[in-house]
Amino acid sequence: MKAFNTLNGIVAPLDRANVDTDAIIPKQFLKSIKRSGFGPNLFDEWRYLDEGQPDADNSKRPINKDFILNQDRYQGASILIARDNFGCGSSREHAPWALEDYGFRVIIAPSFADIFFNNCFKNGLLPIVLAESTVDELFTEVDVNEGYKLTVNLQEQVIEKPNGNSIAFEVDPFRKHCLINGLDDIGLTLHHVEDIRSYEEKRKKEAPWLFSS
Amino acid sequence: MAGKTLYDKLWDSHVVRKEEDGTTLLYIDRQLVHEVTSPQAFEGLRIANRKPWRKSANLATADHNVPTTGLDKGITDPVAKIQVETLSKNCKSFDIQEFGMGDVRQGIVHVMGPEQGATLPGMTVVCGDSHTSTHGAFGALAHGIGTSEVEHVLATQCLIQKKSKNMLIEVNGELNPGVSAKDVVLAIIGKVGTAGGTGYAIEFGGSAIRSLSVEGRMTVCNMAIEAGARSGIIAVDDKTIEYFKDRPFSPKGSDWAKAVDAWIELHSDVGAHFDQVIKMDASEIQPQVTWGTSPEMVVDINASVPDPDKESDPVKKEGMKAALVYMGLEANTPISEIAVDKVFIGSCTNSRIEDLRAAAEVANGRKVAKNIKLAMVVPGSGLVKTQAEQEGLDQIFIKAGFEWRAPGCSMCLAMNADRLEPKERCASTSNRNFEGRQGNGGRTHLVSPAMAAAAAVNGHFINVNDL
Repeated sequence: MKAFNTLNGIVAPLDRANVDTDAIIPKQFLKSIKRSGFGPNLFDEWRYLDEGQPDADNSKRPINKDFILNQDRYQGASILIARDNFGCGSSREHAPWALEDYGFRVIIAPSFADIFFNNCFKNGLLPIVLAESTVDELFTEVDVNEGYKLTVNLQEQVIEKPNGNSIAFEVDPFRKHCLINGLDDIGLTLHHVEDIRSYEEKRKKEAPWLFSS
Repeated sequence: MAGKTLYDKLWDSHVVRKEEDGTTLLYIDRQLVHEVTSPQAFEGLRIANRKPWRKSANLATADHNVPTTGLDKGITDPVAKIQVETLSKNCKSFDIQEFGMGDVRQGIVHVMGPEQGATLPGMTVVCGDSHTSTHGAFGALAHGIGTSEVEHVLATQCLIQKKSKNMLIEVNGELNPGVSAKDVVLAIIGKVGTAGGTGYAIEFGGSAIRSLSVEGRMTVCNMAIEAGARSGIIAVDDKTIEYFKDRPFSPKGSDWAKAVDAWIELHSDVGAHFDQVIKMDASEIQPQVTWGTSPEMVVDINASVPDPDKESDPVKKEGMKAALVYMGLEANTPISEIAVDKVFIGSCTNSRIEDLRAAAEVANGRKVAKNIKLAMVVPGSGLVKTQAEQEGLDQIFIKAGFEWRAPGCSMCLAMNADRLEPKERCASTSNRNFEGRQGNGGRTHLVSPAMAAAAAVNGHFINVNDL
């Protein structure tokens, strides 16, 4: 996994609640057996005027100029600000894969759906929960300041604004540790092989039917 | 000591180790595997030269991409074909049992698992699919995971987790005529909202929930994720135990008695602490129809499309307006005046035998209305299909003008050829009415099987009690 420490990047606003993973990456792209290359189809139904197909050349497709990520001022954005319940719906990890492949590394919202939130950390993507009023302020500041950037410092758990103000944020210590060091969860868990084996031995005695097939 | 909730009991019995900050290694008893969210996980194992920890804990089937018609031609979409074939190849090379296409046991993972007794009370169950919450219906701790976690479970038989909070949703009283488990869960989502259960495991209880069959309870738990909760659970009772008797993977011989002894303990203790409790009155629930692009946008069949101008929250108001534009609906239109183009009866929410019986009862002796372009019934598994045919349900549907299809996820998410065209309106027994879910530009209204069949024969929504 890509490590994450500090990021200074352009902020793009996605001003709607309940953005679901079907919207983040529509189902036809889930037929891929790879975990890369989803970026051009991030928010496909909002970004383009026609219907996207897997393996098609996206560069020739008609663009929806009204969609926020298609505006010149947000090109190269790596921080997305969003509304409540971002990433709801399907558990598809293709959603964080698409966001990361597009170039996002941080998503800021008042709340996230559980499975999506969890999937982000497995892919070097940092989801940050901030109070609704703080997110509101960010939406306003992004809107009035072209080229608005934030600096996200995971080690210090702080977001620095261009005006010098800063916002502290919470992050689970274990997830922070994994993200900063780019650690692979499986490798960590396999340090506890003996614990897993002894759990299994105990459990086999209590509930043998769980191991019979 | 205070009593434990059902969720506490399930959690505690699966803790392998716990760190000081609460991060827990949780043991997983069963993983269900399908073609869409597993290829990258198997690839990860291969790259790291890892093997499945306990291969018999996994069970696979293809469901999302499989065609529901013209099976003799195989899968004609080359990209989908590669994905389904990749599942079979992976299962072969890692020695994992798979019910492939053509096997009567093949079907939607969440129908197939319980049907085989492969998911049981007291288990932890995961799958790379958010509707894994379905399996909570019989006192299992079940939730959807991403592909990285699919790989993690394959490699270690564990997940790194933090415990959720406990929520109890109690529905008491007698259900009204024409009201099914689907209407109950849609009404619950309408009340708590799509994010109301975020961070919680929801236990559904109360006399109305207890009165539901095991299959009905599966419908309720299936949509816990639509209320934001990864897991929905319901306590074990006699119906649960009866359901698992003599299923292929169910405990046999002396293990059966031992298992039953353990299973009857799978309920919340009296006095157990819930972080949140929501109570609902069953008598207030009528057949439900969603009108918008989120499952929480739901009203009674007797109601009208809500008016965004009456909503005070500005973000909600904008969401409602956008939903009405997408859905092609005017505020204040009576739901019963909305005509539909297509009808879909199926999905992991509503494709089991009781769902098909409920729809067939409405379809029996009636005809699909002329304005309906397609009304399709997609059983949840080959075994459900066979049983329905033995009961003559297929003939009832075909006579009424429905198409009788082969099992799979089908038009719930339209990964195969079954889909809506732009602006087509569908009465669907599935679980998500998101934009584009059933096809780019398609408009989904979520309903129960009986209400979907009623819309099919009537051409527009109608209270199934008024037919």
